Amino acid sequence: MKRTSHILVENNDPSAAIRRFLASLLALDSVDAVLTPRWLSEKTVMPALINDPDQLEQADPCSPAFMMNSAKLVSRLTRKTPGGKIVAVLRPCEIRAVKELVKLKQAETDGLILLGIDCPGALGNRDFQALAAEGTEGLGNRFLRGVIPDAPAEFEGRPISEACKACEFPVPDGADILIGLYGADLNEKLPVQSNTPSGNDLLDDISAPESEEPADRKAAVDKVTKARTARRDAMFEKTAEQVNNLDKFADYFANCVNCYNCRVACPVCYCRECVFNTNVFDHEPFRYLQWAKRRGGVRLPADTAFYHLTRLAHMSTACVGCGQCSNACPNDIPVMEVFRLTAHRTQAAFDYEAGRNIEEPPPLSVFSENEFTGIVGITKR
Amino acid sequence: MQKEDPTIIAFVCNWCTYTAADLAGVSRLNYPKNVRLIRVMCTGMVDTQYVIKAFLEGADMVWISGCHPGDCHYINGNYKARRKVKLLKEILPLFGVSPERLVLTWIGASDGIEFAQTIKQLTDIAREQGAEAGGAA
Repeated sequence: MKRTSHILVENNDPSAAIRRFLASLLALDSVDAVLTPRWLSEKTVMPALINDPDQLEQADPCSPAFMMNSAKLVSRLTRKTPGGKIVAVLRPCEIRAVKELVKLKQAETDGLILLGIDCPGALGNRDFQALAAEGTEGLGNRFLRGVIPDAPAEFEGRPISEACKACEFPVPDGADILIGLYGADLNEKLPVQSNTPSGNDLLDDISAPESEEPADRKAAVDKVTKARTARRDAMFEKTAEQVNNLDKFADYFANCVNCYNCRVACPVCYCRECVFNTNVFDHEPFRYLQWAKRRGGVRLPADTAFYHLTRLAHMSTACVGCGQCSNACPNDIPVMEVFRLTAHRTQAAFDYEAGRNIEEPPPLSVFSENEFTGIVGITKR
Repeated sequence: MQKEDPTIIAFVCNWCTYTAADLAGVSRLNYPKNVRLIRVMCTGMVDTQYVIKAFLEGADMVWISGCHPGDCHYINGNYKARRKVKLLKEILPLFGVSPERLVLTWIGASDGIEFAQTIKQLTDIAREQGAEAGGAA
């Protein structure tokens, strides 16, 4: 049973209202800790697992910081039973990544409450740090007022990250508890909705008032979804043109130094030991000379295009489009664009959407007897 | 552009297509020399990265061939291979590699003649496709 409630906003401070809501959950006997982004020494916002309500004062889930995809942290907290109940405050893409990790047996939902907030988007890490250096006073609220509901391409002169601008998932549909921003009066009250029995129980436990969804919400969500989808499609078109043969693909990744940060930052890339870190790629030194002689020259470090193509093949069906691959790149290669372009196609091919439904098995983990018969044999299109 | 001497990298299943290759050999069947056979225990173990590597190294075509549905020595490896081929046929065209350059067939252990004929057909297709799409590395 879905239940709709609301959080009252006081003193025109929606961020504080969300903090109070988190504090009311943490005060429950049934909740042991809250995982939420929070300010660290006025400098940056990082996720923290908070047990002391006083420390919730620094929580700021609506800031423009998105330093990492917290799904990886949820995996750390829940790969075995955490021994208590954790409320995890996550962005929609983080929730979808958690669902992918659960399917891949890297996380568990027992003891986990997913609390999603309508996503205002975020800045890239460097842009956020530069902004924070200029002053952090009321940044969360400034950000909300600056980008909700119109989803502009920039905030206070700095660009919203490419991934967020082109993200058609502003609403955390898969959350146990959802806090709405789109269509709400940020100075009055924010809608809260429970989507699952465990979410319902928590709202009951804090005696959340009955309420109704704001009349404007659906239209506001549709509007932002449409705007971002249009940006996404334009991004697809541009990117497809940039990589439409293997030479161009290699050129796209020309600045890659094989640091593999994109893989480390990827929330769904879950192998303990990636094949690219194994001795399969510790080529015998004489091989380099062989390649150089055969082709006249070999790009170093080697295997760059191979690495990116393989990661696309291995992970694109699980890609949630969070953009942390681009965020992590030391040389500002727009990795996310290629990933989303590919993921859009591969997920559609298997009628799959990463993070949509925890019951849907990952496409390469299953098969059926009578599928894809058209690709077998020598066929000409 | 026509390519006279295309290279086809083939991943063939130990239990069926490789046995068919053996049969083609002992039957003294002729077929073009363009195929480099790589024997694998099951097409289900052919990771997508093997195919990608072959194209990046300049293969004109990658051919995966295993047991007919229902005949897999490991029960269902060929079905898994089919999903991976489906995945690759979605990914590779984005980067300019025609899906026709990746072929999946089922050739049973007794199909020596079919093995030889398939190679003839594949070589023709590879010639039509022209110079290799890859080679960027």
